[in-house]
Amino acid sequence: MGLDRPQANSQSDLMPHDLPDHPHALLPPDPALRVKALETILTRKGLIDPAALDEIIDTYQNKIGPQNGAQVVARAWHDQEFRTALLEDATAAVTDLGYFGRQGEHMVAVENTPDIHNMVVCTLCSCYPWPLLGIPPAWYKSDAYRARVVRDPRGVLADFGVTLPKKTAVRVWDSTAEVRYLVVPMRPAGSEGLDLDALAALVTRDSMIGTGLAKVPK
Amino acid sequence: MTRLHDMGGRFGDGPVVPDAPDAPVFAAEWHARALAVTLACGALGQWNIDISRHARERLSPKDYTGFSYYEKWISALADLLVERGVLTVEDLLGQGDDRPHPLASKVLMANDVAATLAKGGPTDRASDIAPRFSLGQAVRCRHPADSCLVDGGHTRLPAYAAGARGYILRLHGAHVLPDSNAHGLGEAPEPLYAVRFAAAELWANPEHPNDQVIIDLWQSYLMPI
Repeated sequence: MGLDRPQANSQSDLMPHDLPDHPHALLPPDPALRVKALETILTRKGLIDPAALDEIIDTYQNKIGPQNGAQVVARAWHDQEFRTALLEDATAAVTDLGYFGRQGEHMVAVENTPDIHNMVVCTLCSCYPWPLLGIPPAWYKSDAYRARVVRDPRGVLADFGVTLPKKTAVRVWDSTAEVRYLVVPMRPAGSEGLDLDALAALVTRDSMIGTGLAKVPK
Repeated sequence: MTRLHDMGGRFGDGPVVPDAPDAPVFAAEWHARALAVTLACGALGQWNIDISRHARERLSPKDYTGFSYYEKWISALADLLVERGVLTVEDLLGQGDDRPHPLASKVLMANDVAATLAKGGPTDRASDIAPRFSLGQAVRCRHPADSCLVDGGHTRLPAYAAGARGYILRLHGAHVLPDSNAHGLGEAPEPLYAVRFAAAELWANPEHPNDQVIIDLWQSYLMPI
């Protein structure tokens, strides 16, 4: 378990006034072992139920993901009334579709147009609309994305292989509060007449963050 | 700027590297466990989301820079568990006891996970503080961007917007104020706005004359112009 590794201070030295500022340093340094050690300690004390951890992981690995957001976008493309409702009050509109909960308590949908391309970031941490897009990808949480996209959005888009028309301005939404933003990408040409599932298949995760565009139907 | 987490606009981080299209949700099993342990511990009710964000920000600059994403999560969690008195230093050292914990009655059980995640934690509140600004009104962000309540404390005003002029784009209603809530000083809800800034107001060399950055900002971060 790695809990018995030697410490700079013996237990007797750890009087309250010597409490380290950062107790995490007392756990094994290897992050996988650090997690395991903490999980073991908490389980022994009855503070976590390992089966609950499995349930949380299953939820975000298998049940909640960008397929949810894709359904929302497809419906907005397909149903003018829903689109209006979504842009007016996204929280209510997506709740009606069954998408709500942790990290999606307050939703705002922003629509791309030929004039404005929207992108979403959290420069201060990693805020992301979990009920619609799941757990953020590694790049969304990376220093490079958080640091650059507010200042250099086209440079970031180039990293994703996306080029905008010259006339298109970029609006970057920095999610500094508990409001979560969903980008509604532009509906691609050639998608007329497709049903909801076929439309949803065109909606990529990145297109709902703003680092991508919707796929063009083959 | 006092904290490394506040990195918007920073130079030198290199290109963004997109994930492979078939990348798994969790790149390693321990990432998934770190997230799950953190969420499960949150359910014990010993802190709020602002306290947990602040715990990650308070990692030493060396740790914040050197740790991977979920390494920050699990390390800040360990710090919080000790600071809030849930665990002891002896526990972390593997020298604690295994007696049932007083908080064990609050443990998140597997069959409560779905309801707990679905419930989430809304932060909109009734507030006595009336909105001071109207749509389209010009405002200026506080400068410097530091917390007004606690020296070196938590705030959600990014340093890159400090002192910048923006325009009110949306009113989100009144929300819990992180600067207060992260320090156990109460929720102190106040009006929250989406504020629109011209890129040229924030950056020396904006890419496009019409580019904008929108930031969610609390009323106390803003002054009328």
